[in-house]
Amino acid sequence: MKKSVFLGTLAAAGLTAGLAAASTLDDVKARGELNCGVNTGLVGFAAPDANGNWSGFDVAICKAVAAAVLGDASKVKYVPTSGQTRFTALASGEVDVLARNSTWTFSRDTDLKLDFVGVNYYDGQGFMVRKDLGVSSAKELEGATICIQTGTTTELNLADFFKSNNMNYQPIAIDSNAEGEQQYLAGACDAYTTDASGLAATRAAFADPENHIILPEIISKEPLGPAVRHGDNQWGDIVRWTLNALIAAEEYGVTSANLEELSKGTTNPEINRLLGTEGDLGAMTGLDKDWAKRAIAVSGNYGEIFAATIGESTPIGLARGLNGQWTQGGLLYSPPFR
Amino acid sequence: MTSMTGVPKQGFRLSQLIYDTRYRSLTIQVVVFMLFMLGAAWLVDNTIRNLQALGKDFNFGFLTYRSGYDIGQTLIPYTNDSSHARAALIGLLNTLLISSLGCIAATVIGVFVGVLRLSKNWLVARLMTVYVEVFRNVPVLLWILIILAIFTEVMPAPNAYRVTDQMLAEGVQPAATMVLFDTIAPTNRYTAIPSIGFSRSLGGFDTSFMPISFNFLAMVAALGLGIFFNRRVLATAKAVQEATGDRPVTWWKSILLLVGPLLAVMIALGFHLNLPALKGFNFAGGLNVTNAFVVLWLALSLYTGAFIAEIVRAGVLAISNGQTEAAFALGLRPGRTMNLVILPQALRVIIPPLISQFLNLTKNSSLAIAVGYMDLRGTLGGITLNQTGRELECILLMMLIYLAISLVISGVMNVYNNSVKLKER
Repeated sequence: MKKSVFLGTLAAAGLTAGLAAASTLDDVKARGELNCGVNTGLVGFAAPDANGNWSGFDVAICKAVAAAVLGDASKVKYVPTSGQTRFTALASGEVDVLARNSTWTFSRDTDLKLDFVGVNYYDGQGFMVRKDLGVSSAKELEGATICIQTGTTTELNLADFFKSNNMNYQPIAIDSNAEGEQQYLAGACDAYTTDASGLAATRAAFADPENHIILPEIISKEPLGPAVRHGDNQWGDIVRWTLNALIAAEEYGVTSANLEELSKGTTNPEINRLLGTEGDLGAMTGLDKDWAKRAIAVSGNYGEIFAATIGESTPIGLARGLNGQWTQGGLLYSPPFR
Repeated sequence: MTSMTGVPKQGFRLSQLIYDTRYRSLTIQVVVFMLFMLGAAWLVDNTIRNLQALGKDFNFGFLTYRSGYDIGQTLIPYTNDSSHARAALIGLLNTLLISSLGCIAATVIGVFVGVLRLSKNWLVARLMTVYVEVFRNVPVLLWILIILAIFTEVMPAPNAYRVTDQMLAEGVQPAATMVLFDTIAPTNRYTAIPSIGFSRSLGGFDTSFMPISFNFLAMVAALGLGIFFNRRVLATAKAVQEATGDRPVTWWKSILLLVGPLLAVMIALGFHLNLPALKGFNFAGGLNVTNAFVVLWLALSLYTGAFIAEIVRAGVLAISNGQTEAAFALGLRPGRTMNLVILPQALRVIIPPLISQFLNLTKNSSLAIAVGYMDLRGTLGGITLNQTGRELECILLMMLIYLAISLVISGVMNVYNNSVKLKER
C-alpha cells in the first residue's frame, strides 16, 4: 500500500514536471502573479528603492505585461538575476519573462531556446574611463586593465575589438554591475565596459559623475529586449504585442493623459483597434479587449516610460537617438494592429 | 545408517523471504536497492524529458568551438581563438595551481600554529588561539572578500608610480615607489615582480599542450644532478657515522652540490632579471602576479591553516606524555624531542583528517569567482557555460573533474599515510 502511494507520487511528480511548460499564460493566471526576471540593480533600468519597490525601464515592461494579462500592474514578482543566471532562470521556468537588458543574438535565440520578442532599447557597447587618465578614444586603451561583466556578450565583443585593433588588454571578470562599479572606482581597472546605457546608468550613481567620461566608440550592436521561452508562441505573442502596444501608442499619440478620452472612441481606426473600442484583437491572443489599454495605463507609452526612467531629464540622461520612432529618424517601428 | 525421520523436508516458500531470518536482510537490501535505482531512473528520465521539452540535446561538441573570450591568468598559451576545451584546461591548471600552493602554505601555517599553540609561552599560545578561532569561525568567502578589499583599497594604483617630466622639473615625488631595490611594485591590481630572462637562451620546442624551454630543462637537470650527488655525500657521511660514531661535516659540501651546478648553468645561459617598469597603463617587462591569485591563496591558506593547526594540536596531544619524558630522559632538547619523537608519531593521527582539509581547500578554491580568478569554475562553469548555454554538460563535466582531482589527492595522501602509519611487525 505504502509502496504504491510512493510510486503514485513519483509518477504524479514526473507528469507535472512534464506538463509544467504547457501554457505560460494559464500558469500566470492560475498563480495570479507574473514572475519577471530583472537586473540585480541597474539604476534606470531595474532597481529597487529603499522600500523595495522596483522601478525602471525594464521594470515598466514587466508591469505592462502584468497589467495586460492579470489586470493589475502590481501583481509582479521581481526575480533579480545576474548575467550568469538569467537564461537558466528563464529556461527552468523560474521566471515567465526576462526583461533584463539582454542582447538579442543568433545563438541565444536558437541554441539557448529563447525567443526575443522585440527590442526595447537599441544599445551598443562602450567604455568608461576616468577623465584624468587623458584617454579620448578606445583605441588608446593598449595594455589597459578592463573590468567586464562575465557571462555577457560584452565579454566576446571586447575580445574581438582588441583583436581586430591588434591591441592587448588585461580582463578582470566581475559578476555584477555593483561589483564592477566598486572595482572601477577603487582603480582596480582603468576602464569599465558594458552597454553604453548601462555605463550611463552606472555613472549617474557615482558621487562624482563629472570626473568620468564615456568614450565615443561604440564597438558592437546590442539590441536589448525582453525574452521568453522558446515554444510557447501564445505567451511570446502576448509579450511581443504588449511591447508593440507601448511603441504604437507613442506613434499614434496615445498617452497616459489622453488614454481615457481616446478609449471612448476616435476617428482613427488603428487607435480604436489598439484600445479595444473596435474589433477584438485581445481575444486572438487569449486576453480581453482592454489589454493594451491597461498596459499603456500603467506608466504611459514607450516615450513616457523612456523619459521617466532613463531620458534626458533623469540623472542618466540618455538621448532617444536610435530609440526614437521611425517617424522621427529612430528604429522603433511597431507592426500594425490589425 | 542415520535416521532421517521426524524432519519433514519442505520446499522453499515465498514467505520465508520475510519471516526467515536467513533471508530477511537480503530481501530488505534488494528492495531498498530497487527503490533507489527507481528513484535514480526517475531523475534521469525526468531530465531527459525536460530537455526534450525544451528542445535541447545533450552533447559535448561545444568544447571544440572557438571560445572567443580572454582569460587574465594563463599558465599555458591561450588566445580567444582557442577552443572551449582549452579554456577549461586553463581553468583546471589555475585551479591546480591555487590548490597545490594553498595546500602547501596551509600545511606550513597549520603545523607552526598547531605546535606554537601548545607552547608554554602564554602570549604565543594565546595569539595562536586567537588566530585559529578567528579564521576557523568566519566563512571563507568573507575572508576572501575582506582580503580583496584590503588589497584593492590600500595598495596604490599603477598610476601612482608614474613619474612625469613635469614632476621631475618640479621635484615632486610620485605617490608610490617600488620596494626592495626598485624591483617589486605592489599595486591594487597585481604585484609586479621581476621575471627571469636568459641572454644566451637555448630556445625550446613547442608541443600542442605547452611550449617547453631547454633553459628550464637544463636547470632541472643541473638541480637533479646536485640532489643526486648530495645524497651520495649524505649516505657516505651516515656510513662513517655508524662505523666510527663521528659524523663528518657535510653542510658546505651539500650547499656546494645543490647550488653549484644550478648556478653554473644559469651563468652559462646568461641569467638575468627583467625588472618591471610602468609602461602605458600597467607595469610591463616583469611578471604581474594578480591580486586575485594572491588574495585567494592567502585567504584559503589562512582559513584551512587554522583547521590544520587544530588537527596538528590534536595529533601532538594524542602522543602520551611518557614519550616526551622518555626523550628528555635521553637528553634530547625540546626542539629535537618534537621533531624526532613527537611529530613522527603524531603524523599517523594527523594525516587522515589532513586529507579532508586538502580536499576542502581544493573545493573551496571554486570561490575564485568572487575575486575574478579564472579557475575551472570561472572558465568551464562560468563563461563557457554562459556563452554556450550548456548548463548540464558543463556542470557534469566540472563535477567529474573536481571528483577526479579529489580522488587523486586522497589517493596520493593515502599512499603517504600508509608509509607513516604504525607498522605492526
